[in-house]
Amino acid sequence: MRSGFDSGSVSRGFRKPAAAPVLTTTLQRSVESAHAAREQIEWEMLRSAAHDIKAYAIENLDRLLVEFETQFTARGGTVLWAPTASDGIAHLLDICRRHGATAVVKGKSMVSEELAVNEHLAAAGIDAVETDLGEYIVQLAGQRPSHIVGPALHLSRQDVGRIFAEKLGTAYTEDPEALMSEARTRLRTRYLQAQVGMTGVNFAVAETGTIAVIENEGNGGLSSSVPPVHVFLMGIEKIIPRLADLPVFLQILARSATGQKIEVYTHHFLGAEAGKTVYCIIVDANRTKLLADPKTRQSLYCIRCGACLNICPVYRRAGGFAYGGAYAGPIGAVITPRLVGLEQAGELPFVSTLCGACQDECPVKIDLPHQLVYMRHKSVEQGGTSGGIADRGIGIWARGMRDLASYRRAVVWLRRAAAVGRRIGWYPGVLGAWTKSRTLPRPPSESFKEWWERRR
Amino acid sequence: MVETLSPAPRYRAGEHVALFLPCYCDVLFPHVGKAMVALFERLGVPLDYPVEQTCCGQPAFNAGRWDEAGELGAHFARVFDRFDWIVVPSGSCGAMARTFYPYMDPLSPAAQTGARVYDLATFLVDVLGLTDVGARFTARVTYHDGCHGRRELHASAAAISLLQAVRDLEYVELPQIEECCGFGGTFAVKYPELSVSMGEAKAQAIAQTGAQVVASGDSSCLMHIEGLIRSSAPATSLRFLHLAEILAAD
Repeated sequence: MRSGFDSGSVSRGFRKPAAAPVLTTTLQRSVESAHAAREQIEWEMLRSAAHDIKAYAIENLDRLLVEFETQFTARGGTVLWAPTASDGIAHLLDICRRHGATAVVKGKSMVSEELAVNEHLAAAGIDAVETDLGEYIVQLAGQRPSHIVGPALHLSRQDVGRIFAEKLGTAYTEDPEALMSEARTRLRTRYLQAQVGMTGVNFAVAETGTIAVIENEGNGGLSSSVPPVHVFLMGIEKIIPRLADLPVFLQILARSATGQKIEVYTHHFLGAEAGKTVYCIIVDANRTKLLADPKTRQSLYCIRCGACLNICPVYRRAGGFAYGGAYAGPIGAVITPRLVGLEQAGELPFVSTLCGACQDECPVKIDLPHQLVYMRHKSVEQGGTSGGIADRGIGIWARGMRDLASYRRAVVWLRRAAAVGRRIGWYPGVLGAWTKSRTLPRPPSESFKEWWERRR
Repeated sequence: MVETLSPAPRYRAGEHVALFLPCYCDVLFPHVGKAMVALFERLGVPLDYPVEQTCCGQPAFNAGRWDEAGELGAHFARVFDRFDWIVVPSGSCGAMARTFYPYMDPLSPAAQTGARVYDLATFLVDVLGLTDVGARFTARVTYHDGCHGRRELHASAAAISLLQAVRDLEYVELPQIEECCGFGGTFAVKYPELSVSMGEAKAQAIAQTGAQVVASGDSSCLMHIEGLIRSSAPATSLRFLHLAEILAAD
């Protein structure tokens, strides 16, 4: 099955010169506008509330998912359960076949990226078009989104101008207004042609069966309302218990994602309108593995705001493609190894200094740095080599540290190695990676231990 | 993030304090340990150094090798168990003891002993109730905040208040003080492009301050930042000192 993950781009993506500083500048601006927007509300109180609501929802997911199904069904919708990614794709293809769909319009959905929906639809001869402007651009370019919220963040307007000229055959322009209006004109006809509209889900309310979709461009509204069939695609973790919980999330999501007080559109979908067929595909695809382990459970609190990407010094330098899948940045490094398997994505949690800036930014207070180090442990436990030579060396180091006698032997060895390295001007392996751009401190002839013992 | 730590217990005069010195400081930066000895002598706080101590296990923990980290944690507990007060001049090793021993296994002896570990700044300010430790140091100084000290131990404000109370010291805040320097243990050698790029941003921020001295609560970060700056400017007049060295100066 086609996968939304490419392990090759992981091993390459983090071992190349840092991205142009323009990415850092852009992301820093996002962080600053998010911080400014937070000051208008009781930020700490709201994020604690959001954390607690999510904690409750995830602990009671078994019951709340069924409650949601009951409510959604009672209002004329159909819930389809997808234990695996291929089940999700099978449901979608089935819906398209049943309704004779040859064209699909899509609002933004990260699960759709995770499942590689576009590739699967194309293989079945169904023409799917992304209607979110950023998604539309990367789809035209034959790329993947590089950021959860800003799919085309890695492209300049000149890049977009070139992509439009090449793929749409229009005259080159880098004027954002002109490019946007070109996209709008082309997409309008697609909404009318499509038999099926598909969107993601921001929040699914168990109490009422309400689905909230939040967006800025109006494309989500058109994708869901114009075609006769609407398919929601969501992960099991999108559940919140009550409608009264929604305002908490609306306030923090908009601020964290885009620095807005509220997004331009907040759609509340309540079942099926007359003449409309509505499905909700609820996807597990290994989320229950994150759920089963108390140390990774909090990763399911994520509301996909992108704040942890924006602040992350690694994401800022490596960019989104390095993470190989739909979810980049710290949250991606935590969940991807479980979603696609440690053997494929086990390196991701290692690509972090564990600085913890992500947790400070997270609007639902996910313990991301702890989960990163925990997933490293899981990777090692599974016999993964994703730790690499430096971390295997740590195993040897740790044995040298087990008691004072072996510690002293290790220190003698270290001094000798350092002296040899200095003399020949070359250091092997990991030390070489250090000295390429950094000087190495020279160990003094007397350690503190030796000084202390001499002094006594 | 707002988190309330339980109030620190009170230190009674004359109680012995154990120095937990990071293993890399023992070998590479013994002057940090000597500064701790000098500082505690001035404060009249009896400082012991259990020589059996080796490594807290953080490198193994961060590498995902929790079995080895657990063994080193057990060794740590054996060595330090007899002390009520344990002080470490490192936010990173302090976080290993206080946060990550219990994260690995809340019932381990290491977790019990780790709860009595304080980083230097927190011990001085929150336990001893001091900000002025009687130091004198004439220089323009900026402070690099190690991430673990900042985010796991919430030690930043204490460290900065200590520097600000030093006579003749002109403190200047580092722009983007909350940003990681890019050391990250083995990260520095596994992903050198990313690590060096982060370090260069830190070096630029340092240059902006016009500081003569870069202080930090973690010699590991300093080793990375200094190594990077010296590599391109061997003759730099910038000095890189552990917080303990400045507080011990008089």
